[in-house]
Amino acid sequence: MAFLRMPGVKVPHRKHTSNKFPARITPPEEVCLLLSMHIGAPAVPAVKIGDTVKIGQLIAKEGGYVSAPVHASVSGTVKRIDDITTAANQLTKGIVIQSDGLMERYELIEPPKVTDRESFIQAVKNSGVVGLGGAAFPTAVKLNVKEGVTVEEIVINGAECEPYITADTRTFLDRSDDLLYGIELLLKYIQPKKIIIGIENNKKEAIQKAKKLFENKKEVFVQTLPSVYPQGGEKVLIYSTTQKIVPEGKLPLDVGVIVLNATTVAAIAEFVKTGMPLTEKCITVDGSAVNSPANLIVPIGTRIKDVFAAAGGFKTDPAKIIMGGPMMGHSMPDTEYPVMKGTNALLAFDKKEAEIPEETPCINCGSCIQRCPLHLDPPAFGKAHMLKDTKALEKLKVNLCMECGVCAYVCPAKRHLVQRNRLAKNMLKEHNEKKKKEEAEKNGKA
Amino acid sequence: MEKLKISSSPHIWSKKTVSGIMLDVIIALLPAAIASILIFGYRSALVIGVCVTFAVLSEFLFQKIIKTKVLVGDLSACVTGLLLALNLPVSIPLWQAALGSVFAIVVVKGLFGGIGKNFANPAITARIMMLIAFTGTMTAFTAPLSPDLTSTATPLEALKAMGTELPSLKDMFLGIRGGSLGETCALALLIGGIYLIFRGIISWTTPVCYIGTVFVLSLIYGGMDFALYQVLAGGLVLGAFFMATDYSTTPTRPWGKVIFGVGCGIITSAIRFYGSYPEGVSFSILLMNIITPYIDKWTRPTPIGGNK
Repeated sequence: MAFLRMPGVKVPHRKHTSNKFPARITPPEEVCLLLSMHIGAPAVPAVKIGDTVKIGQLIAKEGGYVSAPVHASVSGTVKRIDDITTAANQLTKGIVIQSDGLMERYELIEPPKVTDRESFIQAVKNSGVVGLGGAAFPTAVKLNVKEGVTVEEIVINGAECEPYITADTRTFLDRSDDLLYGIELLLKYIQPKKIIIGIENNKKEAIQKAKKLFENKKEVFVQTLPSVYPQGGEKVLIYSTTQKIVPEGKLPLDVGVIVLNATTVAAIAEFVKTGMPLTEKCITVDGSAVNSPANLIVPIGTRIKDVFAAAGGFKTDPAKIIMGGPMMGHSMPDTEYPVMKGTNALLAFDKKEAEIPEETPCINCGSCIQRCPLHLDPPAFGKAHMLKDTKALEKLKVNLCMECGVCAYVCPAKRHLVQRNRLAKNMLKEHNEKKKKEEAEKNGKA
Repeated sequence: MEKLKISSSPHIWSKKTVSGIMLDVIIALLPAAIASILIFGYRSALVIGVCVTFAVLSEFLFQKIIKTKVLVGDLSACVTGLLLALNLPVSIPLWQAALGSVFAIVVVKGLFGGIGKNFANPAITARIMMLIAFTGTMTAFTAPLSPDLTSTATPLEALKAMGTELPSLKDMFLGIRGGSLGETCALALLIGGIYLIFRGIISWTTPVCYIGTVFVLSLIYGGMDFALYQVLAGGLVLGAFFMATDYSTTPTRPWGKVIFGVGCGIITSAIRFYGSYPEGVSFSILLMNIITPYIDKWTRPTPIGGNK
């Protein structure tokens, strides 16, 4: 299988901020902490309106097994609990804390006692850490491997294949102690056979630093990866580092792999070391409308407008604001939305950059099919979707599409390919759910 | 602050555009066009001008009449006109050249849904229509470098007739021989073809498989010299690089391109060796165009990690 290609595409790097040392911003007047900034059940509020809280204090407990707790990121008073629509168009609640400007740490914070695997996973759970590369899957759930399952490799994702973003690069450069400690913890308590750190070759300094850092660890390998988007996509990264293919409907663990983002590992280490849960995040602020692109450490829950203000405000009126990278990030309707745990970049585009090119007819050049990392056929999805042909969609495996956007990026006719894939994916999902429900009803009657 | 734009990701796009691709094809055809003027004189330029003008005009009017978006700016009609011109003999009456262009754009391309939707190559189909409708003028080839338009036999006709004198291989390569405007100068076509491969517009697979198949079959049929003449004669190089690589009408996957190239090679050789026509490039590409949807179906990529 070694000849298999996961092609992808070369996107512009635009890593203007890789040399910008992350600066902590002046604390905002208020923050809004969403209860659902992770995959899984929303957290359940543990504070009332009017309570005073301090940094690191638990304000919402996990709401299920796949969930994560939320901690206060500023000291102050709980002002309101708002209804908020997320970027993914789901309704959630946000706890608004009015800052007292003192940024006091919660006095009950102390390092957790980690002695074995169980206490380690409990610590990860309590830290509120979720996948910080953007997916925001609760890390404790990922690490909670069932007995009898061996973890062969843990892959540390330092690919950072999206343009602009340099937050993970900064983790390698500025938080190497945390990274080292985090990897030691993983080796000790999860006991994988190897840990592979994958970094794209456009981050020379990070690679050098990582190589030096893990020189004496024989289980840790630093692997230089070609800078090809979407190198950091889970399935692609697993293939690039281990040559394993995650089958349809299966998890990486089914092939013995766990993938963790580099910053996630550092965040776990910080919690085990100090007991301070995840309350702040380093994010890259960039884009043509931003005055001074920078890496900023912001309290989670800081509103977008406050982050941009900390980056010197806007050069021109922004026409589009993106949370995340330009390939997979969400465009935001306003600047009131808060930074979440998984946010790694905020981009503001000026009018010219925000322009969406006109869609023209497909010329059948095949670029999208050639470039799809998973060897899918995007134009066929579009046709099947138009015909509402769910059978064809099933056969074409639209459900495998990870929505990386390569097809739409390379299309010379600027066709909205990945966008249609999303619609087709939803259509198939709805169809299958409906079918399941109908069958269940039928069986119920019989 | 103005209203923020909301759209589904991605938020950036590659610089590649349809008009950019077509412009690259035009650039790649320029050496052959210039060579045709050097070899056959100024009338070449006239034929090219008429074909391009009528192709673009008819596309514009057709899109106006059927009230779709006018897409003349994508330059695809210009490419079709240019390709058709390069497939015609220099002495072709201009009204016939114009009619061919209109046929290519309106009947072969427009009526099937326009760019990307046509199943047959417009320039090739128009050439075949003209070959059947205007057999006399379409097969009246002019000797190279002759200002008075003396007529001559093409090397393929000469090969078929046996005994007629053939141009030297060097002349064949430089294009000093009878034939259509753009098909004679292999050197110019190679420069253009390599430019397209280098720019990533076409893949090397189809031309190499096509020309390779013709070469190998000719080698078996008639020996080395015969094979070299077969490769350089007729419209093989032009067809292999510029028409068997058309996006709309040829397979998209690498193995599909191999099947397409080899298939074209076999049909071309069969027509040349056993058919009553001296040349088979146009027919072979048209025939393979027709089965392209099936080739695409056979060579559809298998999704990575997909369950059966």
